[in-house]
This record gives sequence, C-alpha cells and structure tokens, in this order.
Amino acid sequence: MSISRRTMFGLGAAGAAAVGAGAIAARSLLEEPTAAHAASTSDPFPFYGEHQAGIVTPAQDRLHFVAFDVTTSRRDELLELLQEWTAAAARLTQGKEAGAFGAVGGPAEGAPDDTGEALGLPASGLTLTIGFGASLFDDRFGLAAKLPAALAPLPKFPGERLIPEISGGDICVQACAHDPQVAVHAIRNLARIGFGRVSVRWSQLGFGRTSSTSRAQVTPRNLMGFKDGTNNMKLEDAALVREQLWASAADGAAWMAGGSYLVTRKIRMTIETWDRTSLREQEDIFGRDKGEGAPVGKAREFDPVDLAAMKPDAHVRLAHPSQHGDAHLLRRGYNFVDGSDGLGRLDAGLFFIAYQRDPRKQFVPVQMSLARTDPLNEYIKHVSSGLFACPPGVRDAGDFWGRELFA
Amino acid sequence: MSAITRLTIGALAVAALTACAAETPAGPGAAAQPGQAGPGKVAVAASDTECKVAVSEVAAGTSTFAVTNGGSKVTEFYVYAPGDRVMAEVENIVPGLTRELIAELPAGSYETACKPGMVGKGIRSPLKVTGEHKPLNADAKLAEATASYKRYVKSQSDTLLVKTQEFVDAVKAGEIDKAKELFPVSRTYWERIEPVAEIFGDLDPAIDAREADLAEGEEWTGFHKIEKDLWITKDISKDGPIADKLIADVKTIVAKANTAELTPLNLANGAKELLDEVATGKITGEEDIWSHTDLWDFAANLAGSKAAVQSLRPVLEERAPDLVKTLDEKFAAAEAELGKHQKGDGWRLHNELSKEELKSLSDVINALAEPISTIAPIVAK
Repeated sequence: MSISRRTMFGLGAAGAAAVGAGAIAARSLLEEPTAAHAASTSDPFPFYGEHQAGIVTPAQDRLHFVAFDVTTSRRDELLELLQEWTAAAARLTQGKEAGAFGAVGGPAEGAPDDTGEALGLPASGLTLTIGFGASLFDDRFGLAAKLPAALAPLPKFPGERLIPEISGGDICVQACAHDPQVAVHAIRNLARIGFGRVSVRWSQLGFGRTSSTSRAQVTPRNLMGFKDGTNNMKLEDAALVREQLWASAADGAAWMAGGSYLVTRKIRMTIETWDRTSLREQEDIFGRDKGEGAPVGKAREFDPVDLAAMKPDAHVRLAHPSQHGDAHLLRRGYNFVDGSDGLGRLDAGLFFIAYQRDPRKQFVPVQMSLARTDPLNEYIKHVSSGLFACPPGVRDAGDFWGRELFA
Repeated sequence: MSAITRLTIGALAVAALTACAAETPAGPGAAAQPGQAGPGKVAVAASDTECKVAVSEVAAGTSTFAVTNGGSKVTEFYVYAPGDRVMAEVENIVPGLTRELIAELPAGSYETACKPGMVGKGIRSPLKVTGEHKPLNADAKLAEATASYKRYVKSQSDTLLVKTQEFVDAVKAGEIDKAKELFPVSRTYWERIEPVAEIFGDLDPAIDAREADLAEGEEWTGFHKIEKDLWITKDISKDGPIADKLIADVKTIVAKANTAELTPLNLANGAKELLDEVATGKITGEEDIWSHTDLWDFAANLAGSKAAVQSLRPVLEERAPDLVKTLDEKFAAAEAELGKHQKGDGWRLHNELSKEELKSLSDVINALAEPISTIAPIVAK
C-alpha cells in the first residue's frame, strides 16, 4: 500500500478526499458542505461583525502571531494605538495598504506609510485578531477591576519548560492568511505603527494549519504526520459554539460578551525520535490510524470514537471531551519549523492555538490530564505559553478594538 | 536675503581660546542686569558642580560668553533654545582655562548649561533675551535651520580635530592606557556629525571602517584598526602611519564638512541616519567590537540627531506642532533610558548590559526614529 503525498495533498486542497490504492477507504468529503471553503483563497473576510474574525473563520493556511509589551504608561496613548491599529486592520484585511498614502503614493522625501511587500497581492483571506493578556490589567492603565476571572494564570503543567521571553505579553495579534507574505506584512505594519507605545515581545510564524474549523475543510496533518483536530469544534456546531466558545456578560466580565479566550502553547517536537518510532506505536499513542485518521477499530476519520477500544493513555482518549465534562476547544494551531537547533535537528513543532469560553473549565483540565499521562510527552515539550482575552468584534468604522474594555 | 547675512554671523559663534583667564567670573551680585551684557562679556564660572552665569538676562543680538573652568573635569558650555536646540556651544574647556563663545540670540527664553565631564543634561540656568523680536518668514526659518546646524558642525568638528590629535599623539607615543581613554572621547565628536562626513563617501570608510566591513585584500585604516591593536593585540608600535593617516583624513573631512552646503532635507535625513546607526551598530555592539565602548557612540549619535532636529524646530513648530511635542517626549525618553547606563563621566560597556537593557534601548530608539522619519517631507514642502 502506498499513498502519494503529492496526490493526497493535491486532492485535499481541492476539497476532495484521496482514496488510497489499498485498504484505506477514504471518507469522501464531497458529502460535506463546501460553501465556507469554496470561496477563492484570495478573497477577503469581513472585518466588522459581532465576533472577531480569525476564530471560527475557516482556518487559513498561514500564521504570523505576535505578542507585544505595552511600553507607554499612558492610557490615552494606548487608546490611540488601539484606534490606529483598528483602522489599519480594517484596511489590511480588505487587501488595502496600511496607510492612506500606501507604499508608493506618498511624498518621495518621506518614508512610505505601508512597507510595500504585499503590493499586488490579494487580501488572501487575512484575518487579524487581537487579545489582551492578564499583565495589561495591572495598575498602569486603570484596568485592574476589568480583569476577567477566566484570565487566571494557567497552572504549572508537569513537564513544561516555558521560556519567559517567548511567553505571555500584554497584547497579542493573530494574523492568519492563505499567503504568508500577507500575514507577515500585516504584523510588520502593526508593529511599526506601535513603535513607542508597544514593543514586540515575541512572534511566531506558522507555515501550515493543523486544524479545521469548518466541516468544509479537509483535516490537515501535524508534523507527526497525523490528522489533527478531526473532532475540533467547528463553526457549523452552532449550539456548541454558543455554549463553549463565546463568553457572555453573565460570565463576569461584561466587556468580554461575544469575545473568547485564547491559549497559545509553542510545542517543540523532537521529530527525529518520533520518526524512528514504529507505525504501530505511533498509532497507539494517538489512538487513530495514520493514513485515514480513523479512531481505533473504525474505518473512517469521522466515525464516532470508541474510547474503550483505545489504549488507556491514547492521546485522543485523554483529550476527549467526555473525559472532561464535555469540555471542547476550538483549536487553530499551526506547524512551525524555526530553522534548526544547532544539534543537527530541525527546530520544529506545533504552535497550538485554542479558543474557548473559559480556559479554567476547558484548556486547563484537558492539558493537565495530557501533561500527566500522555505518552506523546516523550516527543514534545511545551516551551511557551500565552493566555489572552480576545474582545468581541468591531461593529463598524466608528468602533475599535477594546472599546468595551476602556469604556 | 538679509536674514541669511545676519545668520552667517551666527556661524561665527565659534569658540575662541584665550590664553589666560582674562575675564574673571563675576560675583553673584553682578547678576541680572541686562545692560551689562551689551558691550562686555558674560562671565561663566564653571566647576564640577556649578555653572554660574553672571547674568540671567541679555539683550537680543550678539552676546559673548567667557567660560572659565575652575573644576577638575573637562567641561562644555551650551546655550539652548526650547527643546534643547543648540544656539551656540563651546566644547573641550579643560580645567583652568577660559574659552569664549559668541552667540547670536534673538529675543526669547533660553537655557545655559555647563557639562562637566561632557555627559548628561548639564547644569542648567534660565537665560532671558530681551529686545525686538523679528519673526522670520518660512524661507528664512529654513535658512536659519541649516545655519544653526552648521554652527553645530563647526564646533563639533573643531573639537574632533583637537581630540583626534590627542588620541593620535598618544598612539604614536605608545601610551596604550591614555589612547584607550581617548578613543571613545575622540569618537564622540565624530559620531555626532557622521552623516555630514558621509557626504564624502571615500573618507568615511578610511576613518571609521570596521574589520567586518572590508573586502578581502582591502587595506584597513582608521579608528577601529587602532582599537583592535589597543584592546586585542596590545601592540601599537606599528600604528604610527595609521595614526598619521587618521588625523590627516579627519582634517580633510572637517575642512570639507565646514564648506558643505546643507539643506533642511540633509538635516532631516541626517537625524534619521544617526538613529539608524544606533539601531544597527551600537545596540548590537558591532561598532566597537573590541573596546565595547558603543554607548559613547550611542550617546553621540543621539545628541547629533537631536541637534539636527532641533535646528529644524522653528519650522516644525509652524508646520507640525504635534510632531514637535512627540519628538520632545521621545528624545527625553531615549535620553532617560540611556542615562541609566551612565558610569562616572562615561558609560557602561556594551558587554555589561543585559539583553533586557539592550531591548529597552532598542525600544526607545524605535519610538524616536519613527516620528523622526516623518520630518523630511515636512521640511521639503
């Protein structure tokens, strides 16, 4: 049995499923709704709305994520920045340039107000999503009383090796697009607008999505070669999205109504040792087969899982909502390779991103159980962590990111 | 163009070295009599801790300050317009000497400052200039901007010559310790006006090339060659010809710099380029890779950038008052952040700074350089 990776991905990109030559009976995705994915990958998504784009938006292929420290101590400067950023984001997400003059429209004596590397590129499905870290709610800006309980610091998870310089941050912006140049262009211009008020704390590129957030999307693979996020919360799960994704005023922080909480974890994979692991062990560890992604004992990827058939510590079983009081996450992670590590290995892994209504009830219990017993821990290491409150969407041109927070 | 003629006189605000302390500092009782400043000279008694200016008010027009250094540290004397715009300055006043400063001052509020040890904000006093105030038209303001900056270039380059000569003499005399002490000091005057020097492209590398800048087989001369010999090989016995060439090149470039025609755009771009220098060379420690005295150069670049920006201040106040406010804030923030690393009359070494401290410096420079990059189209209008 052999599957051509090229054929498989080629068809996958076309929204169809590959059928292997042998025993793999691929589940055809043609029976899935395709509307959300049918639009061209060059088209824009709306910027304004009840919720921020970039959460249930069908996960784009590329990521540039950035965390900022606020360097000004003045509330009015921070407010101005959020307004300037919102205006720039409204333009950038629609395929326009960051400033009114653009890369070449301004005076020749001055520096252009757009950096120019996205000239000629379409919107490419760019979304920009902002979040506020707990550190923003200290005594600098008078926000202490607005700190949501759900932003409580994450507990220490066994085995994590967090590097402070690439963790946390006062403000984050997630840029997702189908073209990496478009995502980087957006973050670069926002960082430039922010000079003097914010400073880049850390940033992360992701070159390939590892999750589907719509049933119209093919489930992608992580760098371990497995389909990831088959059972992810998806935009079509209206009731689940309402109950477990969007925060409500009743949760305690009224300004977060319609927002969502974001957890990021940079997970370094020692892919070299993983690659030397037998197929059987790999499949046992995940609880799914590697080719189709079907749960143990089942034939198709989306067949209902039979947890009892899996090893007690299989990844899918440990993370399954039924093990955590039906706690779901909307995962939106990306594969990364940050060059190499100087020891002859790729510096590779998963930049995990998950949105939820309350991390204390969702991410924390799931991760605690994984951190304790997941056999995958032999191959992975959490090296950075972030927790951010992403406010509701920007309603119109008169609104701006964080207006409710500063009201 | 009478305004320009008048301003050219301003360019004469050059320090004159007097052979003896002819003008004894006036006592405090002589202060605050505007009339006294007319034909006579304003005595300034500078020490390591004080800067006593004999009067606090002078008449508009030409004033001559006689600055006597009664302290133990080399000092400098400045007359600042708002925003630390340098109206006139005299550098390198060694202990025991008196130097004169001729300043062309229109009516307004100013500050005087002595800088013992040549670092920091200095010891400040207010100086009021009374009399007829003639507002300049737009062209005259631009002309005054370049004239003001040329005064700065002149005073800096004069001192550059003196300090480079001292450095070269020490190198040729084989005085390693003295040469090491003079290295960052002489470079300070170079780094404050480097964008002007860079107009003469062939000489800048001869004076300031770093080893990493060279192509294979290229001859290496200038400050950094001597730096390596001072700090690494610890053998300057063969550096005589390099030292001779350095002072010869500096003399040539100073002569050219002082005859160069400058435009407001040169000033705006120079201010930005100096901060680019900080961002690419000094924060990374690549400028002075052997001596690690990058923060001297950092401070000099920042001061030079500010001098260029403040020369343009009257134009900017008219055309972009909000920007002036922003620039004042960001310059102050950058100076405060850098000031944390002052050590005696100098600076901490680059390799003594933590990554966090360097990031904070990088942040304030980014914060300052972005608004500075918007000056050029404003003054080009």
